[in-house]
Amino acid sequence: MPAAKLEVGAPIPELRVTPDKYLPHRYAGASGDFNPIHIDPEFAKAVGLPQNILHGLYSMAITARGCAALAGGDPRALKSLEVQFRGMGLPEQEIVVSGKISEVDGHRVAVELLAEQSGNRIIRNARAELELPG
Amino acid sequence: MAVNTEAIGKTYPATTYEVGSEKIREYANAIGADNAVHHDREAAQAAGYRDVVAPPMFCVVYSARAVGAGVLDPEVGINLATMVHGGQRFEWGEPVCAGDVISTEAKVTSISERAGMGFYVFESVSSNQDGDEVVRGTWTNIVRGV
Repeated sequence: MPAAKLEVGAPIPELRVTPDKYLPHRYAGASGDFNPIHIDPEFAKAVGLPQNILHGLYSMAITARGCAALAGGDPRALKSLEVQFRGMGLPEQEIVVSGKISEVDGHRVAVELLAEQSGNRIIRNARAELELPG
Repeated sequence: MAVNTEAIGKTYPATTYEVGSEKIREYANAIGADNAVHHDREAAQAAGYRDVVAPPMFCVVYSARAVGAGVLDPEVGINLATMVHGGQRFEWGEPVCAGDVISTEAKVTSISERAGMGFYVFESVSSNQDGDEVVRGTWTNIVRGV
């Protein structure tokens, strides 16, 4: 989408993704992060978690995809992304990434985002900067 | 008990990572990035890339190991049992494509304490084989009960 057509305050298209039961295992293999709290429900419970939880950086990657839609999926468009991890992301629950345009300066667009599962904010205070066609 | 701030400024040896097209595909599938430029060489080249291009967040695959050296460093002194990943920032430069060799250096940028929690911040800088910066990461780990 051309930057000139975006208005400050306008919402970005929502992205909805439901990670399946085995997603944390595939993400562990893809990323190299095999921390057992993400892939072993028994270990996770033993350290006080309700079950194995999503990798925070997976949730951040889904948040990044939420921005990519503005750029037609062009991976060059995303210039920066900053997030805070809160709560716990869980497999088999829908993640909803939403956001709004916070700045438009020429080709540069800033977006504020959050990612939620059933109203539980798993990524908050996220801010992305994109460079879009004029 | 207070956090030990002596490790602030400490750097770690660079790690290198050779980017493969199948690894990009595996990562793209895991996060659901279905744009053909992450999967198909011809599509990537038609879009102006040298080869299959990595999704931006693929940066964790090649840069996390360098930061891990700091997280595990006894001189930094993080208690892993009570650590959570509190925040993350990435700034991207040149795109990363299959065949690239990425070198990542990490350092401790700050260690501080607020309300009984320790904040350990690391910075990673990753560059490709041409010396172009591809990503700069700021990794914030929070340790409860310091």
